[in-house]
Amino acid sequence: MGAAIITNLPALLVAVPLLLAPVSALLHSASLAWMLTLIGAGSSFIAALMLQSITENGVRISYHLGNWEPPWGIEFVVDSATSLTLVVMTGLGFIATLAARRLVSSEINDKDSGKFYAAWMLVSGGLFGLVMTADAFNLFVFLEISALASAILIGMGAGTDRRALVAGFHYLVIGAVGATFYVIGVGFIYAMTGTLNMGDMAARIPEAGGGAVLHVGFGFMVAGMLVKAAIFPVHIWLPAAYSYAPSAVSTLLAAIATKAALYVLARIVFTIFGGVPEIADIALSNVIVPLAIGGIFIGTVMAIYEADIKKMFAHSSVAQIGYIALGLGLTTPAGVSASFIHIANHALIKGGIFMAIGGFVAALGARANLDSITGIGRRMPITATAFLICGLSLAGLPLTAGFISKLYLVRAVLETESYLILALVLISSALSIVYLWKIMEVMWMQPAPVRSPKLAENPAIYLPLWIVAFGNIWFGIDASWLVAAARSAATALLGGGV
Amino acid sequence: MMSLQTAMLVGLLAPLVVALLTPFLAVRHIWRDAAGPIGGVITFIAALEVAMAVRDGQTPRLFVAQIAEGLAIEFAVTPLGAIFGLVASGLWILAALYTVGYMRGNHEKHQTRFTAFYAVAVHAAMAVAWSGNLLVLFIFYEILTFSTYPLVTHKESAAARNAGRLYMSILVGTSVVLLLPAVVWVWLSTGTLDFRPGGFLAGQIDPAIAPILLGLFAFGVGKAALMPIHRWLPAAMVAPTPVSALLHAVAVVKAGVFTILTVVVYVFGIDFLAKTGASDWLVWLAAFTILASSMVAITKDDIKARLAYSTISQLSYIVLGAAIASSMAVQGAALHIVMHAAGKITLFFCAGAIYVQAHLTKISELDGQGREMPWVFAAFFIGALSIIGIPPLGGSWSKFILMVGAVEAGYIVILAVLGLSSLLNVYYLLEPLSRAFFRDKTRVIDVAFHPLVVVPPVLTALISIGLFFFDEIFLDLAILASRGQQ
Repeated sequence: MGAAIITNLPALLVAVPLLLAPVSALLHSASLAWMLTLIGAGSSFIAALMLQSITENGVRISYHLGNWEPPWGIEFVVDSATSLTLVVMTGLGFIATLAARRLVSSEINDKDSGKFYAAWMLVSGGLFGLVMTADAFNLFVFLEISALASAILIGMGAGTDRRALVAGFHYLVIGAVGATFYVIGVGFIYAMTGTLNMGDMAARIPEAGGGAVLHVGFGFMVAGMLVKAAIFPVHIWLPAAYSYAPSAVSTLLAAIATKAALYVLARIVFTIFGGVPEIADIALSNVIVPLAIGGIFIGTVMAIYEADIKKMFAHSSVAQIGYIALGLGLTTPAGVSASFIHIANHALIKGGIFMAIGGFVAALGARANLDSITGIGRRMPITATAFLICGLSLAGLPLTAGFISKLYLVRAVLETESYLILALVLISSALSIVYLWKIMEVMWMQPAPVRSPKLAENPAIYLPLWIVAFGNIWFGIDASWLVAAARSAATALLGGGV
Repeated sequence: MMSLQTAMLVGLLAPLVVALLTPFLAVRHIWRDAAGPIGGVITFIAALEVAMAVRDGQTPRLFVAQIAEGLAIEFAVTPLGAIFGLVASGLWILAALYTVGYMRGNHEKHQTRFTAFYAVAVHAAMAVAWSGNLLVLFIFYEILTFSTYPLVTHKESAAARNAGRLYMSILVGTSVVLLLPAVVWVWLSTGTLDFRPGGFLAGQIDPAIAPILLGLFAFGVGKAALMPIHRWLPAAMVAPTPVSALLHAVAVVKAGVFTILTVVVYVFGIDFLAKTGASDWLVWLAAFTILASSMVAITKDDIKARLAYSTISQLSYIVLGAAIASSMAVQGAALHIVMHAAGKITLFFCAGAIYVQAHLTKISELDGQGREMPWVFAAFFIGALSIIGIPPLGGSWSKFILMVGAVEAGYIVILAVLGLSSLLNVYYLLEPLSRAFFRDKTRVIDVAFHPLVVVPPVLTALISIGLFFFDEIFLDLAILASRGQQ
């Protein structure tokens, strides 16, 4: 029995949430639905940790769905890069689920809660599948599952702000364009190689001998994923989606959604097209690196001029995604491991930040902006302190996780001797302190408006939040595990082969 | 006697414990206010223990955590670090006492927050002093910046917030954009960050780019207030005077020059710099800063602003000593950390005492007030003489050795610069005194006597005198520091 579970872990990771989703949709009790989701999220996390411990030393798991041998059947592949991404996604997904109970009950109708959690599990299961699948078309299926469910979740913010409907619609349309681009690209490559299995594609692409079809196929696949990963300038769906979605959804999406797309992007470039570096490297150094830097600056500058807190951090996410993409774009082992380190740390940072904002919104009963959170540091000290820790981590204060990210990214850039990029990265990193400090000043250094009511803090929100805040400190002091895992992930990705 | 590791733990943790206990001790103001001085005494005893061991040729070490491969949080006390640790902890005792008097006398709000962050800043300064590698130095350098922000903006007024923004943007900005890549550059090209006597860059980097790397350090360490990145220091004077006294005359700015000195001695190595001339440009920039900021100081009527520019000028003495990169000059620079600290904290204590007791902030308002506050002005006089460098005061040693070092290394012009700077010092530091004693009183002010703001400056003035006669331990440590390869 135990052995059967372990061999089937990859399938269970996807199947459990997808199967629990319809059950949850039928439940009328919000608490029950939440419990069910929590159990699903918790077991996913455990499964991911087990996969990580199996694969960390370079073991590569190939799982054949329904025992159909690839290339006829669908193959799931888990190596150290996959499992690290999964650990980050499931871990933060679990904590986001923990906090969701209170956040959801304050923003979503009780009778809709069952459906809400159903969509929540569809998003999670879809994203886990997206990361594991080694079948290019199956990837599109998971992409669609998670995208449709995400659009539902974003749209459910309409209960408190009608703009959520528009945001959800934009997400749906732009996301569909991205997914379509991707599938068109897959079509071209399929026509050329006659296979949908990524490993076979990778093996046949160099033999197929380049040409326009290869370029076009590659271009479409990459462009599609750029949209999904919210890389500048096709990030435009992200700020509205994150900021008008219910707080719990912002937490989940910020922590895990774009990470999966970034991971797939890396897979496409390094694995599928790893055999034709003349194409892949051009895309990385001439397209992804400039776009990443563009995103870093646009995101940071937009965040500086934004007064709405959720939107500010959504813009900041665009910038942070830029850092991750930049690391990938460097194509060196150091660069790719820096990306993986930041994938993990950024999930910790943004997960915590959006959770804390959710706590503010729930207590204030209004949107959080620079006016409404004036003096909130003294009114909600527990939540605000955790927010402060995550914020300092975002700024890269030493002894926080964000510093480790910055250290390794700077090292990776310096190693490639691209001093212009280095200067731009450092300047933008210094600029990010501007918007962060604007908030900290308002929260801590200004008195609350007179006659403001007392705000209640909720342990159901701040306990999970503090787990994340603690994680930000822990991974700032003892990053050995993460650094080693990221290095192993980079080796798995750059080593070629699915 | 405690073991060395215990002493290091105590020295590093005592300020942190004070910070963490302060909110709980706040129920009784006397407990809260006693915590700082008591913590100061404990920290100082530990620092003394450690310094003695260093003088005997040991390197006390304390390993805390392994962040990742090749990155450790480890403390290892160098002779320079022992000096800085002694200065920061010793002066904290008096500054903590003074803080109580100042905050009470001035009826300042949020005293608990203030005391707590003050102690965190001291903790960071101790950690900077005892850091065993560049990473730890960088970590606590940043924490020092962040922990002093609430102190700078303590008044929560618009002016305080603006000053806080300037403070953060210059200090954090320079450290992220210049210092961090410099640290990573060293890490990348040598594979290590551990300080080593004699340095470890020789042979590892191209001598032609050494000046660039040094520049990243010199400008990345905004706390050293080298022109043109000195603007944050006058801005920070908006903070209550205890902050200006301990942090912006001792802990924070000395952490800056200490970093530069440490980088020169234990990373580059003075032989490497002297041989390649990589620090030549820094000599002239430091000389320029010394003179230019003295000129600016003359124009300032606000006491604290004048003292701030004087600090900028004095900090560059230390940078100058580092840049000259001869063993004599490094000794002078290391000693100047001590001597200037004792002198300048006295002057700031006096400025604060004048404000608390008579509510005067401008030099032009001091006319004839000397006799109203005789102790304060006597202390001011001694502090000023020490900064100017007149025997028998501590400041005369460091200036003298620095001058010898400059000549030894062939920088004759620097001798003239130092001489001219002393003349300017005489003018702008003694002007307040001449006004206070030799001008007629223009208005009658009701001076309230607060012993807790008067005793500390008198004591630090006595320390300035004492340092002239009993400077052995510092001199020994400074010589050890300058010896290089052991």
